[in-house]
Amino acid sequence: MFRFISYAIGATFIFVLILAGYTDLKAAADAETSESDQVREEYHKYNKSVDWSWNGNMGLGVFGGFDNQQLQRGFQVYKDVCSGCHSLKRVAFRNLQEIGFNEAEVKQIATDWVVEVPSINPDTGEADTRPATLADKFPEVYPNEIAARAANNNALPPDMSLIAKSRPDGSNYLYSLITGYEPVPASFPESQKQEGLNYNPHFHSLWIAMPPQLSDGLVEYADGTPATIDQMGKDVAAFLTWAAEPKMEERKQAGIGTIIFLLIFTGLAYIAYRRVWADQKH
Amino acid sequence: MSFGWSKPYEPTSALGKWFDERLPVPRLVHGSLGGGYEVPRNINYFYNFGVLAGLALVIQIVTGVVLAMHYAANTEVAFSSVEHIMRDVNYGWLMRYMHANGASFFFIVVYVHMWRGLYYGSYKAPRELVWMLGVVIFLLMMATAFMGYVLPWGQMSFWGATVITNLFSAIPVVGDAIVTFLLGGFAVDNATLNRFFSLHFLLPFIIAGVVMLKIWSLHIPGSNNPTGVEVKGPADTIPFHPYFTAKDLFGVGVYLTIFSIFLFFMPNFLGHPDNYIEANALATPEHIVPEWYFWPFYAILRAFTFDFILEAKLWGVVAMVSAIVLLFFLPWLDSSPVKSMRYRPKARMWTYVLLADILILSWCGGAVAEQPYIIISQIAAIYYFAHFLIILPLVSRTETPLPLPASISEAVLKGDASTGAPAGITDTGRNAAPTAQPAE
Repeated sequence: MFRFISYAIGATFIFVLILAGYTDLKAAADAETSESDQVREEYHKYNKSVDWSWNGNMGLGVFGGFDNQQLQRGFQVYKDVCSGCHSLKRVAFRNLQEIGFNEAEVKQIATDWVVEVPSINPDTGEADTRPATLADKFPEVYPNEIAARAANNNALPPDMSLIAKSRPDGSNYLYSLITGYEPVPASFPESQKQEGLNYNPHFHSLWIAMPPQLSDGLVEYADGTPATIDQMGKDVAAFLTWAAEPKMEERKQAGIGTIIFLLIFTGLAYIAYRRVWADQKH
Repeated sequence: MSFGWSKPYEPTSALGKWFDERLPVPRLVHGSLGGGYEVPRNINYFYNFGVLAGLALVIQIVTGVVLAMHYAANTEVAFSSVEHIMRDVNYGWLMRYMHANGASFFFIVVYVHMWRGLYYGSYKAPRELVWMLGVVIFLLMMATAFMGYVLPWGQMSFWGATVITNLFSAIPVVGDAIVTFLLGGFAVDNATLNRFFSLHFLLPFIIAGVVMLKIWSLHIPGSNNPTGVEVKGPADTIPFHPYFTAKDLFGVGVYLTIFSIFLFFMPNFLGHPDNYIEANALATPEHIVPEWYFWPFYAILRAFTFDFILEAKLWGVVAMVSAIVLLFFLPWLDSSPVKSMRYRPKARMWTYVLLADILILSWCGGAVAEQPYIIISQIAAIYYFAHFLIILPLVSRTETPLPLPASISEAVLKGDASTGAPAGITDTGRNAAPTAQPAE
């Protein structure tokens, strides 16, 4: 009896699945991919692959750390170019000491920061602002989303703190995107062009609200590195990678120690296991 | 419990004796994890995964308790509190990555453990309850993992919770009321986050309780083994300690090493990038996918796309639940008296097909809901149900099993002869069997 109930249940599921599969296949045969999907597939470009400092030897990433010089250059690009629209609200000024700035330099950066920190006037109790300190996080650029959209043609510039981790293959993606603006190809269908947006084949929808930002010599690097578009793109992507995962070096170092310990532990455990079992058949 | 030849507990010190007479915890440990628990001598490395699952649970509880000290279950600050853990709490990144990857590894271990049970017939009499308690743990784990994934309050947290809780609305008449009850409101919001946090903290301890029941029920008949032949005498078993404590310690070392590679060098490999974007009820992600360990069941859910009498969504939910619940009936679906697939050539072949089928379902569950993935997951789902509900019951009635060894010890000796171990080496071990290399 039990057996026949089981056959019946199984046959029911299979029957419904066959019906579903049949109708889906019929529908798929009739369906046509929309033009926008086709265009997206045809023109979208995948990430350019950069040999980042943290990829380390053979790209395994085990021993690779950040290059502080590069991070500092990247910070300069962020400060001079990106920070006008993009906030970095989860990173504190004090964190900049981790990439090689000294305390005095960071204090200077904090007090000079264009946007001040919201506060309360100690005399009147009214809303006020004050210069940032080491302990403050980078102040948000806009007071709220409506203000951000109003200033950017209804587009919302995302916060940059986690951008490198919230996009697949984030570091390469950021570099590819910021350096990937191109003139619209001549073959690009007129109907798929988007007014008011900018063509960038590395963006998932090909049309991005952010205009091209980088031009050769846009910033003057303190260490004298020539500020080419490619260089600035790499530097700022590296800086944002650090901003998203500031503990990466600490993590990898702890990892190397842990793995060495575990390999020795496992080796000894194996020897112990074989010794204990030496008198046993199994 | 266990066998007549098990070594009874003998206190080695006056303090031990004093303690044992008043609270026999040392006796309990001796009988369940020590020299008093006799284990079939031929169990292989697959049998390490029970202990590893216990270890994975402990890692989750320890890291989880620490994370709960720094996490704030409120939609306004939950995402930021996780970033606070990652950036400002000492070794917070370690705790969080251990917890996130630990969940994935817990599922890997449990899936291997379940596969082991399927392959060697560990679900059959007299161990039906061991298997069924395992299915209960699996269900509790899925609930715990699902609610835990909501806590960081990222985009996938929010939209995953929305999609999965919405499944309950497929239940006729009371569906919508149930969804409102589960969410504590009409949408996933602060009330949802709070109750999920509370339950996410509670359930692991319930899992720990069920684990104790499971071990208890396991220790009545004792462990199964790769031959599926029950223990017949003292020659078949060796004590858990020191033999399997030593073997498990080695297994733990291998497990922790592989875990550490993910934890320290690719901590986000098993996660979804979208969960580093704070939850936003106004922006739906392009593709909503659950964590990888739910993919096979998610594929079954999505395979049902046709309204046949009932709504397609309800079919999907019923099928997904059935896919797990049918495991409770496995001891009776498979009526073959032979446990191990080693001696069931036909059933063994189908069991390997099932393994491939589940891998295909996983692949489809993680892919976008488009052709050809839909039709592939439909075919794979057909096989999944056919396997358990039709093929296995039929095969178990019709196949001719291979001859079984008379006992575990006989199988061990025979296995040794067939591997051609050098003759003439004798040993003075407890069974005076030739040693040389173990038969494994």
